[in-house]
Amino acid sequence: MAGRTEAILARKGEIMKRALGMDYAQFERSPIAFDYEAMMAAHGYSLDEIIRIQLAGGVGKTPLLELRNLTDLIRSYAEPGHGARLFVKDEAANMAGSFKDRRASISIHAAKEKGYAGVIAATSGNYGAAVSSQAARASLNCIIVQEAFDSRHVGQPEIIEKSRICEAFGAEVVQLTVGPELFSHMLELLDETGYLAASLYSAFGISGIESLGWELAEEMTALTGAPPTHVVVTHAGGGNTTGTARGLRRAGATSTQVVSASVDLSGLHMASDTDFNRKSFTTGHTGFGVPFATWPDRADVPRNAARALRYMDRYLTVTQGEVFYVTEAMAKLEGLERGPSGNTAMAAAMSLARDLPRDATVVVQETEYTGAGKHHWAQLNFARANGVEVRAGDPTESVPGKSIVIPERPEQIRAKDFDLGKMRRSYVRNALAHAGEGYAPTSEDIEFLAADTHSDAESVEAIIAALKEA
Amino acid sequence: MEDTTRCAPGDWVEVESVLLEPADRATNLPEDTAAQPLRMWVKGFARTAAAVGDELTVETMTGREVTGTLSEVNPGYFHTFGKPAPELTAVGRDLRARVAAYRKAGG
Repeated sequence: MAGRTEAILARKGEIMKRALGMDYAQFERSPIAFDYEAMMAAHGYSLDEIIRIQLAGGVGKTPLLELRNLTDLIRSYAEPGHGARLFVKDEAANMAGSFKDRRASISIHAAKEKGYAGVIAATSGNYGAAVSSQAARASLNCIIVQEAFDSRHVGQPEIIEKSRICEAFGAEVVQLTVGPELFSHMLELLDETGYLAASLYSAFGISGIESLGWELAEEMTALTGAPPTHVVVTHAGGGNTTGTARGLRRAGATSTQVVSASVDLSGLHMASDTDFNRKSFTTGHTGFGVPFATWPDRADVPRNAARALRYMDRYLTVTQGEVFYVTEAMAKLEGLERGPSGNTAMAAAMSLARDLPRDATVVVQETEYTGAGKHHWAQLNFARANGVEVRAGDPTESVPGKSIVIPERPEQIRAKDFDLGKMRRSYVRNALAHAGEGYAPTSEDIEFLAADTHSDAESVEAIIAALKEA
Repeated sequence: MEDTTRCAPGDWVEVESVLLEPADRATNLPEDTAAQPLRMWVKGFARTAAAVGDELTVETMTGREVTGTLSEVNPGYFHTFGKPAPELTAVGRDLRARVAAYRKAGG
């Protein structure tokens, strides 16, 4: 590794401490455990304050829409008595077109309050648009660092659109080729500018999503008399699941099932220059969803506020072709032309709703804007141009990076359950590995691991015992 | 016609640079990525006149100075929608018909 990279990484702790405006060391309890709730509360903003900050920034109070046509479509092929009512929270109505505005608004508010001159975020997704837009309103400078191109300088059209929209909002966009060294360059920029690190994984960002879970529970109660039975959340880094679930709990919706959903991109390497443009989804996929759920502290903050495994009751995967089909169906049946991320959860929700009784209520908690580059036609044309086969047929035959198989009938949309037990084992193994060889977990550690994996002490102890034998 | 090969001071341009040569990259990369340099593109206002391929310093939107080789003058965006995917064109028609049939049958 270069001297330049080594030198900046050696100063990571010092740079991030200043750039995050918070010393994470105060929350550490042991090599495994930390005080998660203390970290989440450290910014001092109540949910009421968060909602007020967001409304002032054009964020939140998005429409909750019942999808009657899609519901009837599902009921037309569900078993008798089945086919849950389907709803969507139209988060595309936020300022910059996605729920990421909720995350950005709180970071930007904090940056302004703390007197930072600007903010920096490393993101190729909607978060960049959200940070750029909120920064513009707050008169703050903004740098967005994006993994944008492969080594041929060919960009995924969705990411190119994100570059465009960030620049439209006056951000400086730093576009890089594929590689995890993006992080060390972000550190250099933080060091050079003294800006706030508007990390996706800070407590600000995750607290900002709590308003979404809270809002939809309140709105569903007003509309149907109760919180939803199920909320489906597109899952990547874990913030969406975490913030939404925490907001549901705050609204008292403790019996609502939280179902995370990702596009299956198994087999594709996320740091591979050649795989980079062979995927039609830049986020909301298993390439982020699995590693972040099973080791959240791989993020750009010392402790990740997004801890999806803590909150998910189920994890469903769908194929790229199924999401494109549902995207088209939603536009034609519901008049909602929206982007791929939210529609990942919609594809999973259609499969889920089919198997639930008619009185169940399923809320897809986000949509995102679409347009040139992000649109499903653009994605499918790009996939073809990059040698990926696109055809109609049975979506179970699709191979990520090689083929996209678009269903011929809605009955073919069948989400798959990802084994949460396997994810919990993987998480515990990662936690033990990071604690160091020979470290013996205390009872406090066991309790932390149980909470962090949404299980119990007995299950965690069984996993640890099995790992020792292996 | 606009000259796209040269910029004047103050023009909005893009510069390209290499952040890391292959030998200097992270050690845990897949082979295909490891064989390539980490490249960077940044846009800003040109400090001086230059021709594409010349070294140039720009002032970015945040006021930073970034030096690289001039890669584009007045860079634009050309991503689009393209042609409809034939696999999707009948989805709307077919699903509307199915919903209508379900409702007609009293569903």
